[in-house]
Amino acid sequence: MHYLEQIGAYFLMIREVFSRMTKRKVLWKLIIKEIDDLITSSLGIVAFISFFIGAVVAIQTALNLTDPLIPKELIGFASRQSVILEFAPTFISVIMAGKVGSFITSSIGTMRVTEQIDALEVMGINSLNYLVFPKIVALMMYPFLIAIAMFLGIFGAYVAAVYGGFVGTDEFMTGLREEFIPFHLVYSFLKTFIFAFLLATIPSFHGFYMKGGALEVGKASTTSFVWTTVVIIVVNYIVTQILLS
Amino acid sequence: MIEVKNLHKGFGGTEILKGISTSFQQGKTNLIIGTSGSGKTVFLKCLLGLYRPENGAIYYDGEAYNEMDDDQQRDLRQQMGMVFQGSALFDSMTVSENIRFPLEMFTKQTNSEMADRVNEAIKRVNLDGADDKLPSQISGGMQKRVAIARAIVTNPKYLFCDEPNSGLDPKTAIVIDNLIQELTEEFNITTVINTHDMNSVMEIGAKIIFLKNGHLEWEGDKSQIFKTDNKAVTDFVYSSNLFQKVREAQLKGL
Repeated sequence: MHYLEQIGAYFLMIREVFSRMTKRKVLWKLIIKEIDDLITSSLGIVAFISFFIGAVVAIQTALNLTDPLIPKELIGFASRQSVILEFAPTFISVIMAGKVGSFITSSIGTMRVTEQIDALEVMGINSLNYLVFPKIVALMMYPFLIAIAMFLGIFGAYVAAVYGGFVGTDEFMTGLREEFIPFHLVYSFLKTFIFAFLLATIPSFHGFYMKGGALEVGKASTTSFVWTTVVIIVVNYIVTQILLS
Repeated sequence: MIEVKNLHKGFGGTEILKGISTSFQQGKTNLIIGTSGSGKTVFLKCLLGLYRPENGAIYYDGEAYNEMDDDQQRDLRQQMGMVFQGSALFDSMTVSENIRFPLEMFTKQTNSEMADRVNEAIKRVNLDGADDKLPSQISGGMQKRVAIARAIVTNPKYLFCDEPNSGLDPKTAIVIDNLIQELTEEFNITTVINTHDMNSVMEIGAKIIFLKNGHLEWEGDKSQIFKTDNKAVTDFVYSSNLFQKVREAQLKGL
């Protein structure tokens, strides 16, 4: 029953986020700030993780190709498929649920504890629109981050496979191009947009409706990470079932 | 002027405010006092429109809040200024950005007009030189001044303060009290202050209401509070050693 109430409250929050819009001039400044806080500041960690995950995928694939009948091109093919279909959109989103999600929950939760949200409400401002809407818009840039993750993941796979002596450049490139289905990119970016929306709204929900003091801000951040991850994994399954089966 | 009639508010089956009726005068500093848990903060949040009362009505210059539509309520809130207990300044904004915030949100002033208005407010609360500092870089007393400047920058009709002296040293507390009183008289604002600081009562209590267990136990002004024989009020007032000694001196005719 409690979970149903929470889900209901989440959807009521979404409705409120898109009503009584803040002044456009103010909103624009907030969006730019959120892009900096949520997207630009995540570039480093996303680049680092993507490169090494791509490299590990290539090495694992290469080490498991013991049958001489299986062509070495499979290393490039498997790396591309793994990175584009799952590692970049889903794995990075789980990482972002920790990094960006905790940041959103703790910053909004702290505003709640220090009465900054009450201050907005007293002024007659729709605090949900003011706080959450710019985050949703900023995270619509998230697919660009995932595109960079895809590129660096495949580049990491190339470096590990070729410079690790598992395969030649030509074989890797041939595998990379083999049986490429453009719809896989559509699927991947479509779910990235859905994950971006979840990354902005679930942590905001946990921060906005938290009660208590500093200790509860920490607890809300942890709960927010757990629920954002759970929802991302479930939605990933549903979207995959609908679009790829 | 704010009038409150038979106000009731509760949470989860527990009644916190039990039929409060009173009024707050324009151009005067109206104080709500009472012990912790007496319902002061809930009452203030009802006055601010943050809590919806279950029964009763609040009239702002004759207009009942609960009969207003959403737009009217929003317009009314834009005529309110609020100084929160912890100042509630926006952490990511500088002092001048905090004060400028309500102007950006609710007025169509140009950048230079807003800058002039912000400078006026900064000067009025004696904060010169702190414009570009973040709230974390200034003292508690200065944060309170910023909160007051932010509350008055739009020339509100109503000013609400929740424990404006909490966490301040006695000297700074008096400065803040006097500043609130000066602004109230200068701009003819209806000011309502929630406090349990007896020094504030002595300094600026033009009208005082005493809450006990959600009831309005007593009302009067600062000259009457020391003469009342209401036990709850005298227990509260003379709970401090200093005021006990003042009373003993009064009784001895010193």
